[in-house]
Amino acid sequence: MSSHEYTPSSKFGKWFNDRLPLLTLANHLTDYPTPKNLNYWWTFGGILTFCLITQIITGLVLAMHYIAHADLAFESVEHIMRDVNYGWLIRYVHANGASMFFLAVYIHIFRALYYGSYKSPREIIWIIGMLIYFLMMATAFLGYVLPWGQMSFWGATVITNLFSAIPLVGESITHWLWGGYSVDNPTLTRFFSLHYLFPFLILGLVILHIWALHVPGNNNPIGIDIKKPSNDTVPFHPYIVIKDIFALLIFLIIFAFFVFFSPNILGHSDNYIEANPLVTPAHIVPEWYLLPFYAILRSIPDKLLGVIAMFAAIFVLVILPWLDTSKVRSALFRPIYKQFYWFLVADVLILGYMGAMPAEGVYLLIARVATAYYFIHFLVILPILGRKERTLNVPLSITEPVLGGMPNPSMAKAKSDKVKINSLG
Amino acid sequence: MSDSDKKKPNRRDFILTATTAAGAVGVGAAVWPLIDQMNPDASVKALASTEVDISSVQPGQSITVLWRGKPVFIKHRTTEEIEEARKVDLKELKHPEKDEDRAKKPEWLVTLGICTHLGCVPLTNKGDYEGGWFCPCHGSHYDTSGRIRSGPAPTNLEVPEYTFVDSNTIKIG
Repeated sequence: MSSHEYTPSSKFGKWFNDRLPLLTLANHLTDYPTPKNLNYWWTFGGILTFCLITQIITGLVLAMHYIAHADLAFESVEHIMRDVNYGWLIRYVHANGASMFFLAVYIHIFRALYYGSYKSPREIIWIIGMLIYFLMMATAFLGYVLPWGQMSFWGATVITNLFSAIPLVGESITHWLWGGYSVDNPTLTRFFSLHYLFPFLILGLVILHIWALHVPGNNNPIGIDIKKPSNDTVPFHPYIVIKDIFALLIFLIIFAFFVFFSPNILGHSDNYIEANPLVTPAHIVPEWYLLPFYAILRSIPDKLLGVIAMFAAIFVLVILPWLDTSKVRSALFRPIYKQFYWFLVADVLILGYMGAMPAEGVYLLIARVATAYYFIHFLVILPILGRKERTLNVPLSITEPVLGGMPNPSMAKAKSDKVKINSLG
Repeated sequence: MSDSDKKKPNRRDFILTATTAAGAVGVGAAVWPLIDQMNPDASVKALASTEVDISSVQPGQSITVLWRGKPVFIKHRTTEEIEEARKVDLKELKHPEKDEDRAKKPEWLVTLGICTHLGCVPLTNKGDYEGGWFCPCHGSHYDTSGRIRSGPAPTNLEVPEYTFVDSNTIKIG
């Protein structure tokens, strides 16, 4: 189990491993001690890796047929849909894959919020995760522009116009981003280039994310530090690998449902109309996964302050490890935090709904209250709660609550025997 | 090295500082073309002005042309519309501008067709003001001089730079 003692069994393996320790790395990854109480909320890391690889492979293939030119982009997407062998499938997997990617990342983030996975010593994992999330949003936005439909064009116009809110240099920055005086062909070609680049930056950050994870090891549902390896851990392979694959298959059923039965339900029909700089769609909405931020942007009446609030909404997440002052990680032992957690979940869902509605009347009012609450949760409630809340007693180990505080070697042994028998059978 | 040596910069420190500074300038000079290539290029700038033949636009009609990829409204106003635009009390306006300052020739109004709120294209001859514009996105109403009268937009429709080349041709930009 202890990977630092690992030596390959074959002579060639030894020779190779002395020069490039890839086999040591592989051994570390298979034997990596994992808390034995990880639940299904912990399977989304693997699911997200799958999503990233899927997006890169389908994207690579789409780039073989797509033409990044304002006059040809829209037609080339239709060409992919109608003429290219399995083009429809590959494009629908890529388009719905983006939504699935965000679905998984939101579950992954909210799991971390519930079980306090962002707390010491895992701050760097969390911050890298937030960078990945930010890059994901940028990549998704860039990708949505490429089909050059009405929503592509006007979404690009509205989002790039956010930078015009910056005093003094705002206009120069937007012209620089556009490569012209409005969103046009130069904008499309650079967006394509960057949309191709960003996934590989994400991949690099994912490797750092996993590397940083493997230093302290996984957090777990009861949020305690555990001894590794010990009675409280199982090796990553086969236990976690099998569980992750099972969860991935369930996830793929949902994924396949969207791809095969309602491939356009998450998109917007206006994007099947070619971009027209002379006509604005009546109702401009971003993709569903960006809606909470869009709601925050629109709920502030001032253009510049709206943009600042939107970016601040992400930034408070980055500094979260220092805003949450509680030493107890898991919400299981934080009765009051647990309630505020669900308020936050509801708040973000409400913001998302308001982002899809027109910014007027009662919708605007609710969006403003929800925006205020979002910031209050992170900037006021969390710092105070960590100091005031009476937390429940945290068990000393994962095994302890089961064995009543006294490790019972005979039980532990009986269990491990059973495992052995099962694996033999 | 003793402590006293550390305090006094020697010739090596000078060389190190000078090399770093020269290196930084070099990196900056190398990076600038990579950044500047994204700015509007020569072909885009060459299209920075556009000439429009307005001889066929009848009074009361409005045409939309593209200039720098943006829609521009050119409206041939009727005498009633001009009168209507000029008699408005400036105190009523959210963004007070005289119609005389917005139209070089009273019968021709030239404005950008971009709502000053969030950049949508307003609809011509729609809204609460006769001969004006209405933005369907968030409900801004503009009058026959392109001035904001009600709704969330902060300012009047922008008047681009333009000149009359002759009585039938407008050069925008």
